[in-house]
Amino acid sequence: MLTALVFVPAAVALLMFALPRRTTPTVVRVVWILLSALELALVIAMWTGYSTNGGMQYEQRARWIPSAGVGYHVGVDGLSLPLLALTCLLFLACALYSLRENRRIREFAALFLFLETTCLGLFAALDLILFFVFFDLSIVAMYFIIAGWGHRQAARAALKFFLYTFIGSLALLLGFIGLYLAASPHTFDMVELTRQNPLAGRSLYGGLVLLAIVAGLAVKTPTVPFHTWLPLAHVEAPAAGSAILAGVLLKMGTYGFVRIAMPMLPEAWRRYALVLVVIGVLSVLHGALVALAQTDFKRMVAYTSVNHMGYIVLAIGAAAATADSSAQARSLAVTGAVTQMVSHGLLTGALFLLAGVLYERGRTYDMDSYSGLAAVAPAFAAMTGIAAFASLGLPGFSGFIAEFQIFTGSLGPRPLATSLAVIGILLTAGLFLRALRQLLMGPLHLPDAPGTPRAFPDIRIHEGLAVVPLLVLAVVLGVAPRFLLDIIEPASRSVLELLAR
Amino acid sequence: MTEMNENPLDLLPEVLLAASAVLGLLLGSWLPRARQWAVGLLACVACAAGIAAASVAAADPATTAFGEAFAVDPVTSTSRIVVLGSTLLVLGLSFGPLRGHPRESEFYVLLQLAALGALMMAGTQDLLLLAAAYLLASIPAYTLAGFRKDGPGTEAALKYYVIGALLGVLMLTGITILYATGRGTAYPMLGDALRDAPKMLIATGAIGLLAGVLFKAGGVPAHFWVPDAVQGSSPPVAALLTTIPKIGALAALFRLGDVVFADSTLPWPPLIAVLAAASMTLGNLGAFFQQDVKRLLGYSTISQVGYLLMPVAVAGRSDLAQQALLYYLAAYTVTNLGAFAVVCALPHAHTLDDYRGLAKQRPLLAASLVICLLGLVGTPPTTVFLGKLEAFSAAFDGGYAWLAVLAAANTVASLFYYLRWIVPAVSRGGSSSSADGDRAERVMAYAAAAISLGLGLAGGPVLDVLAGSISH
Repeated sequence: MLTALVFVPAAVALLMFALPRRTTPTVVRVVWILLSALELALVIAMWTGYSTNGGMQYEQRARWIPSAGVGYHVGVDGLSLPLLALTCLLFLACALYSLRENRRIREFAALFLFLETTCLGLFAALDLILFFVFFDLSIVAMYFIIAGWGHRQAARAALKFFLYTFIGSLALLLGFIGLYLAASPHTFDMVELTRQNPLAGRSLYGGLVLLAIVAGLAVKTPTVPFHTWLPLAHVEAPAAGSAILAGVLLKMGTYGFVRIAMPMLPEAWRRYALVLVVIGVLSVLHGALVALAQTDFKRMVAYTSVNHMGYIVLAIGAAAATADSSAQARSLAVTGAVTQMVSHGLLTGALFLLAGVLYERGRTYDMDSYSGLAAVAPAFAAMTGIAAFASLGLPGFSGFIAEFQIFTGSLGPRPLATSLAVIGILLTAGLFLRALRQLLMGPLHLPDAPGTPRAFPDIRIHEGLAVVPLLVLAVVLGVAPRFLLDIIEPASRSVLELLAR
Repeated sequence: MTEMNENPLDLLPEVLLAASAVLGLLLGSWLPRARQWAVGLLACVACAAGIAAASVAAADPATTAFGEAFAVDPVTSTSRIVVLGSTLLVLGLSFGPLRGHPRESEFYVLLQLAALGALMMAGTQDLLLLAAAYLLASIPAYTLAGFRKDGPGTEAALKYYVIGALLGVLMLTGITILYATGRGTAYPMLGDALRDAPKMLIATGAIGLLAGVLFKAGGVPAHFWVPDAVQGSSPPVAALLTTIPKIGALAALFRLGDVVFADSTLPWPPLIAVLAAASMTLGNLGAFFQQDVKRLLGYSTISQVGYLLMPVAVAGRSDLAQQALLYYLAAYTVTNLGAFAVVCALPHAHTLDDYRGLAKQRPLLAASLVICLLGLVGTPPTTVFLGKLEAFSAAFDGGYAWLAVLAAANTVASLFYYLRWIVPAVSRGGSSSSADGDRAERVMAYAAAAISLGLGLAGGPVLDVLAGSISH
C-alpha cells in the first residue's frame, strides 16, 4: 500500500506523456486532480489503519542492491505519517490551484506528480540511499518547475537553488557513506543503523559524520547561514511551486534531523547540540529581522520560513540536553518540532498560494503597490488575515500549538536561547500585522503597470478550494490537536530514548 | 611453472574480433561500395558473439592463458563486455553517416582493431603485451581521428598522434627500466621482485609506464589531446575515443596497482590519488565555459577519469575498489555514449545554443540528453550514481576520505556546466537545427539512456558479479 502510495503519481506522470499530443488540457487537469485526491484518500486510509502504539508500520522491504548494502525498505511511523498526509494535502491544493495554469499544462502536471512521488518516497524511506535518491530527485524536479514556469529571473534562481541544495545533498551522501562504513556488516538500512548505533564511542569520526549530515540537511532546511538560496528561489518560482517548496521540501531537512541524525548519531548529537541551538536561535532572529525589512510580500513570507524552521532546529537541539531537565519536557520539544513541520506546511503553503493570487491580479509582489484590498476582495482579505494570524502563532491555530510546545519543552534545558527566540514571535507578529495593514486597509490602490487589469477580482472558486482546506485544518489542529499529537508523541518519545543511549 | 596453457579459446572474444577485422578488410576489398555495410554487420556479429563468449567465460573461475600473460578474471570479463558493448553502440552510430562512404569498410576495421587493443590492455598481465596492446589501441585511433580528412580532423589526428607517440616512447622506456629492475615482465613476478628493489628505479619506470597508460585513459597530465581530438573528429569517433581506450587503460592501471606496485617501495596509492584529484579538478575547470558541445564533453571525460582513478588508487587497500571501478566504468561508458549519441543524432548542432528548443521538437531525445547529462553528474537513480557511491565508499574505506570530499565538491562544480547544456535543451524557442540525423542514432541515444537508467535501478545483481577475485 505504501509502495503504491509512493509510486502511483510517477507512473501516472509517465502515462501523461503517452497521451496523444492532441489531448485537451482539461483531461490533464482532471487526471491530475483526481489522482491527487486519490492519494489523499489513500493516506487517510493509512492514517485510520495506523495503530497509535507507535513503532514502524506498513513496512515493506525488498532486495535491491544487496552487495552495496542498499535495500528497498519503506515504512511509516509517527514522524513520517503526518508529513505524508501533509504532502498529499498540499499537492491536492496545488493541483486545484493550478486549474487555470495554461502554460504547458501536461509537462507541469507530470512534473508535479513526479515531485509528489519523490516527496512521499523520502518521508517513507527507511534506507539511506533510498532517502538520498528521493532527496536528489526532488531537487531535479523542483529545478525544472522553477526554471520552466517561474518569473523573470527564474533561470538564475533555479540554478542557485540547484547548486546549493546539490552541495548539501553531496555532503549528506558523504555522511551516509561514513555511517555505512562504520556499520558491520556494512549497510544503509536506517532501522539497522539505528539499532547498531555504529559510531558509539568514536567521537572524532562521529563528529565528522554528523557535520556532513547536518550541513547537508541545514542547506535544505534552510538555516542561517545556508539560507541564501531560499528567498530568490521562492520569489521566482510559480505559486504552486513555492507552496510545495516551502510546505514540503523544507521539511525534508528537518525530518532528516529527527529521522537520521538524532537516532543514528546520539552521542555526537548530544555533544554538539549546543551548536544547533545557536543556529536555531540565529535562524529565528535573522529570519524575522530580514523579513521585517522586506517590501516584497513573497520574499517576506520566504524569510518567515527561515524563522519558523529556526524554532524546529532550536527544539531538536534543546531536546538533546541531558539529565537536568525532565524527559517529558524534552519529549514536548520534539513533538512540538514535528507539529511545527505540519503547521508550517499548511500555513506557508496557504500564504504562498495567496501570494500567487496577488501576483496573478497585480503582476507584482510589491506590497507598497497595493492597499485597501479588503474592500474589493473580502474573501481574499479574510484568508490572508487568517493565514497571517495563524502563522504568527495566535492561540487557536496550529502554529500556536506547535510553538507553545517548542518553547515549553526548550525553556527548561536552554532558558537563554529560548527567551531570545521568543523575541522572534514578537517580530513576526509585527511584520505580519504591518503587511496586513498595508495590503488590506486604507484607500483602494492597485498597481497600474501597463498591461495589468485594473480590477482586482476576489478569490475564484478553484483558488478558494485550494486555500480554504489548509486554513480549516490549521484551525482544527489549533483547537483539537489530539488526533495529531497521539500519533507524534510515541514517536518522539522513542526518538528521545534512542538519543539517550 | 605449470604447463603452459595455450588454448586460444580462452581468448575467444579477442580472436573473434581480430578475425572479423581481417575478414572485413578482405571482404571490403571485394564488395561494391553500396554493399560495404556488410563489413559493419560482420563487426556487429563479432561483437555480439564476443559478448556471449565473454559472459560464458565470466561464469568460470579466474584463470590465466598463455603462461601468465593474459588473465581471464572479472576485470577482463567486465572490460570485454563493456568494450564490445560500446563498440556495438559506436557501430550503430556510424552506420548512418558512413553509408556509401568510399572508405566505409576501413572505418569498421579500424574501429574493431582499436577495440581489440583496448581488450588486450584490459586483460594483459605482462608489460610487453601491454606495450603491444597500447600500440594496437593507438594507431587505429590516430587514423580514425583524422578520418574525415578535413582541417579540424587533421589537427585532431596530428595532436593525438604526436602526444601518443611521445608518451608511447616514454612508456617503452619505463617498461625497459622495470624489466631491468625486476628481471621480468610478468606482473606477478614483478610484484615479488619490486618488493625490495631500489626506489629510484621503480619510480622512474613507473612514471614512464604511467605516462603511456594515462595517455590512453585521457587523465591529467596526459590529457592535452582530449579536447582537441574530441572536437576535431566526427561524433562517432569522438564517442569511441572517450570511452573504449579508457576502459582498457583503467583496467590495466588497476592491475598494475593491485599486483605490481601494491607491495613495492613506491608510494603508488598517493600518486594515483593526486593524479585523480588533478584530473577531476582540471577537467571540470576546463569544461566550465565551453560553447562547443563536443569540447565540453571532452573536458567532462577528463574529470570522469579523475573519479575513475579513485578506486584505482585504493586498489588492494579496499575490498570495494574492484567492483567500484568496474561498475563505474560500465556506468560511465554507457552514459557518456548516450550523450554522444544525442550529439550524433543532431549533426548540425555544434554549440550549446543550437540545442535550444530541443524538448519541443524531439521530446524523447531531449529526455535522453537530460538523463545522460544528469547521469554524468551522478544524480540518482542513474547508474553513474551507484558507481559514484561505490567509488566514494571505496575511497573512504581505503583511507582517502579527502579524495572523496574533493570528488563530491567537483561533482557539484560539474553540475554547473552540464546545466548550461540542459537549460537550452529544455527551454522554449529558437528552433533552428531542424535537419536531423538518422533514426538509428536516435534509437541508440534512447537505448543508452534506458540502459543507464535501468542499470542504475537494477544494479544489485551486476555488482554481485563484479566482486569476484582478480587473478594474481
